[in-house]
Amino acid sequence: MASRPRSRTGPRTTGSPGTHEPPVLDVDALLDDPGTGIVVCTGSGGVGKTTTSAALALRAAERGRKVVVLTIDPARRLAQSMGIEELDNTPRPVQGVDTAAGGRLDAMMLDMKRTFDEVVLSQATPEKARQILENPFYVALSSSFAGTQEYMAMEKLGQIHRAAQADGSYDLIVVDTPPSRSALDFLDAPERLSSFLDGRFIRLLLAPARGPARMMTAGLSLVTGALTKVLGAQVLRDMQTFVTAFDTLFGGFRARAEKTFALLQNERTAFVVVAAPEPDALREAAYFVDRLSEDAMPLAGLVVNRASPSPTGALSADEAMAAASRLRDADPSSLTAGLLRLHADRSRLVEREARLRSRFTAAHPDVATTVVPALAGDVHDLEGLRQVGALLAGG
Amino acid sequence: MSTRKQEFGARAPSAAASAWSHVRLHVVTGKGGTGKSTVAAALALALASHGRNVLLCEVEGRQGIARMFDVDPLPYEERRIASGLPRADGLPGHVHALHIDPESALMEYLAMYYKLGRAGRALDRFGVIEFATTIAPGVRDVLLTGKVFEAVQRNSRNKGATRYDAVVLDAPPTGRIAQFLNVNGELAGLAKVGPIKSQADTVMTLFRSPRTLVHLVTVLEEMPVQETADGIAELRSVGLPIGGVVVNMVRPRDLAAADLAAARAGTLDRARVAADLESVGVAHDPALLDGLLAEAADHAERRALEDAQREVVQGLGVPIFELAREPAGIDLGSLYDLAAELREGGLG
Repeated sequence: MASRPRSRTGPRTTGSPGTHEPPVLDVDALLDDPGTGIVVCTGSGGVGKTTTSAALALRAAERGRKVVVLTIDPARRLAQSMGIEELDNTPRPVQGVDTAAGGRLDAMMLDMKRTFDEVVLSQATPEKARQILENPFYVALSSSFAGTQEYMAMEKLGQIHRAAQADGSYDLIVVDTPPSRSALDFLDAPERLSSFLDGRFIRLLLAPARGPARMMTAGLSLVTGALTKVLGAQVLRDMQTFVTAFDTLFGGFRARAEKTFALLQNERTAFVVVAAPEPDALREAAYFVDRLSEDAMPLAGLVVNRASPSPTGALSADEAMAAASRLRDADPSSLTAGLLRLHADRSRLVEREARLRSRFTAAHPDVATTVVPALAGDVHDLEGLRQVGALLAGG
Repeated sequence: MSTRKQEFGARAPSAAASAWSHVRLHVVTGKGGTGKSTVAAALALALASHGRNVLLCEVEGRQGIARMFDVDPLPYEERRIASGLPRADGLPGHVHALHIDPESALMEYLAMYYKLGRAGRALDRFGVIEFATTIAPGVRDVLLTGKVFEAVQRNSRNKGATRYDAVVLDAPPTGRIAQFLNVNGELAGLAKVGPIKSQADTVMTLFRSPRTLVHLVTVLEEMPVQETADGIAELRSVGLPIGGVVVNMVRPRDLAAADLAAARAGTLDRARVAADLESVGVAHDPALLDGLLAEAADHAERRALEDAQREVVQGLGVPIFELAREPAGIDLGSLYDLAAELREGGLG
């Protein structure tokens, strides 16, 4: 996959090279561009990905796009206010969206196991499908295998995309990505599945079922012997049954995984990397930006969420602390001392965040960025999402 | 810093916490962004006093320990990385670290328990190791928890290995913790009998015993607190012992309650603040005054939200440990500060 031609590199906006001020991510231009068909929000856990994707989707819809947003694990109250707390794996219209500009918004929450079941049911004969769905290995794989959720998010994206192409139901799909151990899991999931399907071990498990005795080499019997010793004979038998039953689906799965990967590279796709102004989140964002460019995936830019609001006035943190301690000497409960200490605390936070952002920009000067100040409370309704949308667009 | 420590750490050590001295395995989980790795590291430092040896393990392949302690990336090998936080009356102990990856854990397990020899290498060649550690459901977690178990309960098979007084596990996030620790459940239906099953049973016996505690790290915001509540319910439902909730990154408490209320209502005494600033020679203009009052109002609003979430946490019925937010970020020095706060609170 290394020699793929690159469809588009760099951001959509113009940069200002030579400074550590990144170019600005123009969110409205991105959302309004009819050439943007898919927006994928990604980033490490706890940075506000779900809220960001919902806010982008709502803003696009209210600016006239026909949008569907695929979320993974929204906060309960947000899911309720969007009418998607039911896990039925089908996009539902969101009530309360301003449709004056001609757009609309549907939303759905991903049910990983159900998506997997649907793929099996659509690919296998009813009898074979039942055999697979009941196998303990399938049950575990479809509900707990690290990577299944990522793969299924991509599968669902592919499904919605094909349906939208066919009937014109949506012209923009916004996708939230699962809270992976690492943001990269999500790009690796299709390839991991492919390598699983091509693995020597799978072929080994399939060998007895396919019968040719010549496959039973000395190496193979050594391996099955060792496996029986470690796992027990029953586990090996279950595994073999599962792999044999699944075998007929493998080709179809691989083809779908490859299609989804190509869809992500399409120039109509835009990746938005979400981070918080914290070292870990920004480091993960940097890895992700590099990885997207290696895989020729189109990056729109970086969203830095939850930035501390800038302090007002020219008083530095040190000056404020010095003045505060003098006031406290005279009056330990001095209100003004408290205000000055808060001011110093905020200044230090903001300085630190600016330093972290500038470090990111130094290494990735072309990545367009938008900074979203932290809201006081959590977002759990459309009004909150609108507010976040406006902040994303720089307002 | 010293005034903060008084404000945050000086609550009386809870009865539960002082009964925790026999605990051998501290599992630390938390939602992404709440600082669980920082808390795990601080806890390891706090536990390592009086010459005690503490092992800090990570299992998510992030090399977070190496970054926090400013050492080279860790291999699959126990390394001494820091001195613990000393007590006034004694020597410090040592914190050791181990980065557990499932491939190495599997190879070590096979070598320790099965004399596979040539077959072991064949397993690797046929891609079985890769299959088992990346694809086979549940096996990855069994291997990671299995190694943690081995470190807690050293036996004669691991010759010459250090015996630890306590092990701290920087575990997967809250959303996955019950599944991760409940290795039996993950294997259920897969391995009903056989060596893997008995291995999982032994591990579960330790995890469900009073020698293990699971601590949950949160910040005082709605989503993380909700996840903490869900996590506790889930852990309880599978019989895993809950330790404490560590409330991390608590905002400074520089304003008195009455001032907070006035700040929210917009009734702070502007003239008095101006006079105070003048008295200590701070040049002020209307913009600075407006700014200070607006910052106070904003802070007061967030404090009120924090207080509401604190009440939710208090309703969870587990001991609470609060840690102050470090505005300049976390470095090695602040890890020791946090360790001291945890110890003053009765943990470690």
